[in-house]
Amino acid sequence: MPSTGLTQTASGADRPRLAPHVRLTFDPARERHVLLTPESVTVLNGTAAAVLGLCDGERTVTDVVAALHGRYDRVDGDEVRLLLDRLAARRCVELRRG
Amino acid sequence: MASAVVDRPFGLLAELTYRCPLHCPYCSNPLELAAYRDELSTAEWQRVLTEARELGVLQLHLSGGEPLLRRDLAEIVRTASELGLYTNLITSALGLTPRRAGQLRTAGLDHVQISLQADEAALSDRLAGTPSFERKLSAARLVKQLGWPLTLNVVLHRENLDRVDRILDLAEELAADRIELANTQYYGWALRNRAGLLPGRAQVERAEVVVRAARERLAGRMEIIYVLPDYYSRYPKPCMGGWGRRQLTVVPDGNVLPCPTAHDLPLPRASVREHSLAWIWWESPLFRRFRGTDWMPEPCRSCNRRELDFGGCRCQAFQLTGDAARTDPVCHLSPDHGIVAAAVRAADEVPRSSDAVLTPRRTRVTRQSR
Repeated sequence: MPSTGLTQTASGADRPRLAPHVRLTFDPARERHVLLTPESVTVLNGTAAAVLGLCDGERTVTDVVAALHGRYDRVDGDEVRLLLDRLAARRCVELRRG
Repeated sequence: MASAVVDRPFGLLAELTYRCPLHCPYCSNPLELAAYRDELSTAEWQRVLTEARELGVLQLHLSGGEPLLRRDLAEIVRTASELGLYTNLITSALGLTPRRAGQLRTAGLDHVQISLQADEAALSDRLAGTPSFERKLSAARLVKQLGWPLTLNVVLHRENLDRVDRILDLAEELAADRIELANTQYYGWALRNRAGLLPGRAQVERAEVVVRAARERLAGRMEIIYVLPDYYSRYPKPCMGGWGRRQLTVVPDGNVLPCPTAHDLPLPRASVREHSLAWIWWESPLFRRFRGTDWMPEPCRSCNRRELDFGGCRCQAFQLTGDAARTDPVCHLSPDHGIVAAAVRAADEVPRSSDAVLTPRRTRVTRQSR
């Protein structure tokens, strides 16, 4: 695990990505995206799935919010940050600074 | 009282075999191991996994016994992986050689969970009934070298609960990503050995202090799951998140259970050799028997926790009272709570002995090929 760049609060400059061994996939049985970790399944709503689909470790949080603006009329940057914070606290997402 | 809408299962526990090189006295496998020799074939498992994925299962836990004793394990993992299942191997690590590990990595295995019995060789090997401690450590290092996330699991009881601090130090040294410290649950072999395994209250309280401090110290580096000893809890556990609600277990001979310890409940059986997994999940009398809240007796029926703990564990109710439909006696509101209270009192009175007599799990289960 990198000793630098891990933080628990998402800021606009962070470059979030899924933690290694966490998988984002579509479940045809439930017709929903799901986040899989070694011991948990999180069923995602459409917006959360769209956010995570953009978290590639390259885009910043600001980029992610901007990209979502292209797809959805209303995107709340605070909600995106809150989602990433929550998933970072559960070690599903890594927030890399810089 | 309306029953909740039945959801699709998230996880499948595949108990591939009950053969095992270890002899742990708290094994949750059934006592009558010889009855499970007629194991599902590779093709049967592949069909079960395909049906499971269609049913909505997303996570596959490969366990046993020792799943590495199945020579076709990599083949089963490959099928699961191709189906998009997240695969988790739960192993003693005996038999996890570099060659075998490489095959499983190539087949797409996502995660490895290794059991440890203690933090040092003498106690660990005595509990496991076979020299295994050093091999487990080598295998744990191999898992990390190959880039897998590593979970360690340690079953806690009277003989190792005072060593939780040293167990956590070892987990840190092995760079585990997660550790599950699970107090023994008293089913199968563990129930038979309960007098020698159940810790005293002071032991339980000391361990909790250690775990709380370690959680703070290791936050962000290692996740610590601590499963409380339910005999010492006021309320029962929501076993499996509710009967037939989130998980199912397929045992070596193809029988399907709502929970891995439900072998002996006097209920109709359901087997993948006779029915589809979908029928078993949605329709079988076994899965419908304790689903939801309509089956509940008092005090559960009118309790505001009924959808939090679902009346606790059906297997525990059956094993302790002879009636699987009673409130879990662990609950302090249960009319049968005296049974658990007496066991706890006895555990407190017995001085901690270092040479408790524990019956090791019998091991001779040979596979009968079809």
